Amino acid sequence: MNRDNLLTRSAFWRATAWGMGKVGLTGRSLVIAIPMLWLLVFFLAPFFVLGRISLAEAIIARPPYTPLFERGPDGTLEILASLENYRFLFEDALYRNAYISSIRVALISTIFALLIGYPIAYYIARAPEPRRSILLLMVILPFWTSFLLRVYAWMGFLRSNGVINNTLISLGLIDSPIQMMQTDFAVYIGIVYTYLPFMILPLYANLTKLDGALLEAASDLGASPMVTFFTVTLPLSLPGIVAGSMLVFIPAIGEYVIPALLGGPDTLMIGRVLWDEFFSSRDWPVASAVAIVMLFLVVAPIMWLQSVQNRREEQ
Amino acid sequence: MRGWFLPTAVVFGFVFLYAPIVSLVVFSFNESRLVTVWGGFSTRWYGELLRDRQILGSAWVSLQVAFASATLSVVIGTLGAFVLTRFSKFTGRLLLTGMITAPLVMPEVITGLSLLLLFVSMELTLGWPAGRGLTTIIIAHTTFCAAFVAVIAQTRLRSMDESLEEAARDLGASPVRVFFDITLPVIAPALVAGWLLAFTLSLDDLVIASFVSGPGASTLPMVIFSKIRLGVSPDVNALATLIIGFVFVAVLIAGWLMQRGLRKGL
Repeated sequence: MNRDNLLTRSAFWRATAWGMGKVGLTGRSLVIAIPMLWLLVFFLAPFFVLGRISLAEAIIARPPYTPLFERGPDGTLEILASLENYRFLFEDALYRNAYISSIRVALISTIFALLIGYPIAYYIARAPEPRRSILLLMVILPFWTSFLLRVYAWMGFLRSNGVINNTLISLGLIDSPIQMMQTDFAVYIGIVYTYLPFMILPLYANLTKLDGALLEAASDLGASPMVTFFTVTLPLSLPGIVAGSMLVFIPAIGEYVIPALLGGPDTLMIGRVLWDEFFSSRDWPVASAVAIVMLFLVVAPIMWLQSVQNRREEQ
Repeated sequence: MRGWFLPTAVVFGFVFLYAPIVSLVVFSFNESRLVTVWGGFSTRWYGELLRDRQILGSAWVSLQVAFASATLSVVIGTLGAFVLTRFSKFTGRLLLTGMITAPLVMPEVITGLSLLLLFVSMELTLGWPAGRGLTTIIIAHTTFCAAFVAVIAQTRLRSMDESLEEAARDLGASPVRVFFDITLPVIAPALVAGWLLAFTLSLDDLVIASFVSGPGASTLPMVIFSKIRLGVSPDVNALATLIIGFVFVAVLIAGWLMQRGLRKGL
C-alpha cells in the first residue's frame, strides 16, 4: 500500500468518525449498542411478553391466548387482562407442592453432591503431579459428553431388569428386583451425577489454595488429623462449599429432563409442571403465570444471594 | 481424612462417575434388543444407527445450530465483556451487567418459554421471524451461550496487562486498532475456550430448543429424548459410544498438545 492510499484512507475514516460524532454516534456507543440491543430484545423483552400473556386466557386459536386489547361493540378499546391464572396457581395445591418439592429435591441432591464431591476434591488437591491433572481431567471429562446420554445411562442402570438389579439377583442378594426407576431416589442420583463436576471444581480451586503451614501447625500442636480437618480445613473451605453448592442447587431447582426421565409420575418439580402445562395441556397463559411466579420465588432470591456473596468476596 | 476413608471415598466417587458410562459402551455391542441382558457381541446397532435418517438429519441440524450460535455468542459475549471491563461509565451499565449474567441462573424452561412467546408475538406484529426453525433456535442459543462467553472473556480482560493497550494508544493507535492488534490476540485463547464451551452447550441443549423449534427442525437431543422417553433403545447406546469415543480422543489430543507445549517451555 503506498503512502497516498494510506493518507486518503485515514482521511476517509476520520471524516466518517467526525460525521458520526456530529449525529451522536461514536464508535464507543456503537460497541455498547450491539450487546445491549441484542440482550434487550432477546433477553429482557421476552419477560414483558411473558407477563402480558400470563394475564390472558387460553382459547383454541392461533395463537392460543386472548388478545390484550379488543374492540368493544361500540368501538371503544377494551383491555382484557385478569389475574385469574395467578389465583388458580395459588389455590390449586398442585403448584404449591411442586414448588416445595423442587426446593426439597434440589437441597437433598446438593447435600449428596457435597458429601461425594468433597473427598474427591480434597484428594485431588493433595495429590502430586501428574496424578492431580489426570484426576482433574477425569472429573471434567463426563461433562463434555452429552447430558441427556448421561441421564440415559442411569436408566439402563436402575431399571427393574437393569444392571444393578441383575447383578444383585445373580449374586443371590435379592429375589425380586428393587424398584429404583421412577422414584425420587433416581432423581437425586441423576442430579448428583450430572452436576458433580460443578461441585468438585470450585472445592478443588479453594482447597489447593489452603496453606499447608496451617495444617502442620495444627498437628504440631497435637491436633489429630480428624480435629485438624474439622477446625482448620473445613472452615477455610467454606467459600468453596458455598460456590459449589450454588452451582448444583441453581440448575437442579428448575430441572425438567431428569425428573421426566428418571422420576415417577408423582415426582413433582416446578420445571416439569411448566413443561406439561405448555406441551400437554397447551395452556400458554397458565404456563406463563408459572414462569412469572418462578421468576419471583426462585430466580430473584438466587440473584439476591449471589449479589450478597459477591459483595462479601470483594471485602 | 487419612487412612482408609479418603481412598475408599475417592474410588467410590470415580466408580459412581464412570460405571454408567462403561455399561453404556459395553451394551452398545450387545446383540439383544434388551439393552441390559447380554446376548452376544455384535455391531448390529451401529449399522442401524447409520441407516437412521432421522438421527443423521437431526445431528446435522444440531451441528449447524451449534456452529452458528457459538460464533455469534463469542462476538456478542466478547463485546459485552469488553464494554463492561473497559468503559467505566455509560448509561445502562448496571442494566447490561445484570442482563449479561442473568441467563446463567435462569431456569431453561423460563428462557425457552419466554423466547417462544417473544417469537410468536414478533411474528404477529412484525412478520419476522416467519415460523420457527433453525433461526429461532440459533437466536435462543446465542443468547444463553453469550453469558458463558462473557464470563470467560471478562476474567481474561481483567487479568491482562492493560499497560499494553495504553502503550499502543500513546503511540497513536486508534481504539479500533488497539482492540484488533493488542486486546484480541491477548484474549484469543480465552475466546477459543468460550467458543468450545458455547458449542458444547448448544449441542447439549434439549429444553430451550424444544420450546423454540418448529416442525422440520428437530435437534439431535430432541430426537434422542423422544426415543428414550419410551424406554431404552440400543441404537442410542451406539450413538452414545460414538460421542464418548469422540470426546475422549479429542481430550487426549488436546492434553498431548498441551504437554508438548509445556515441554517446549511455552
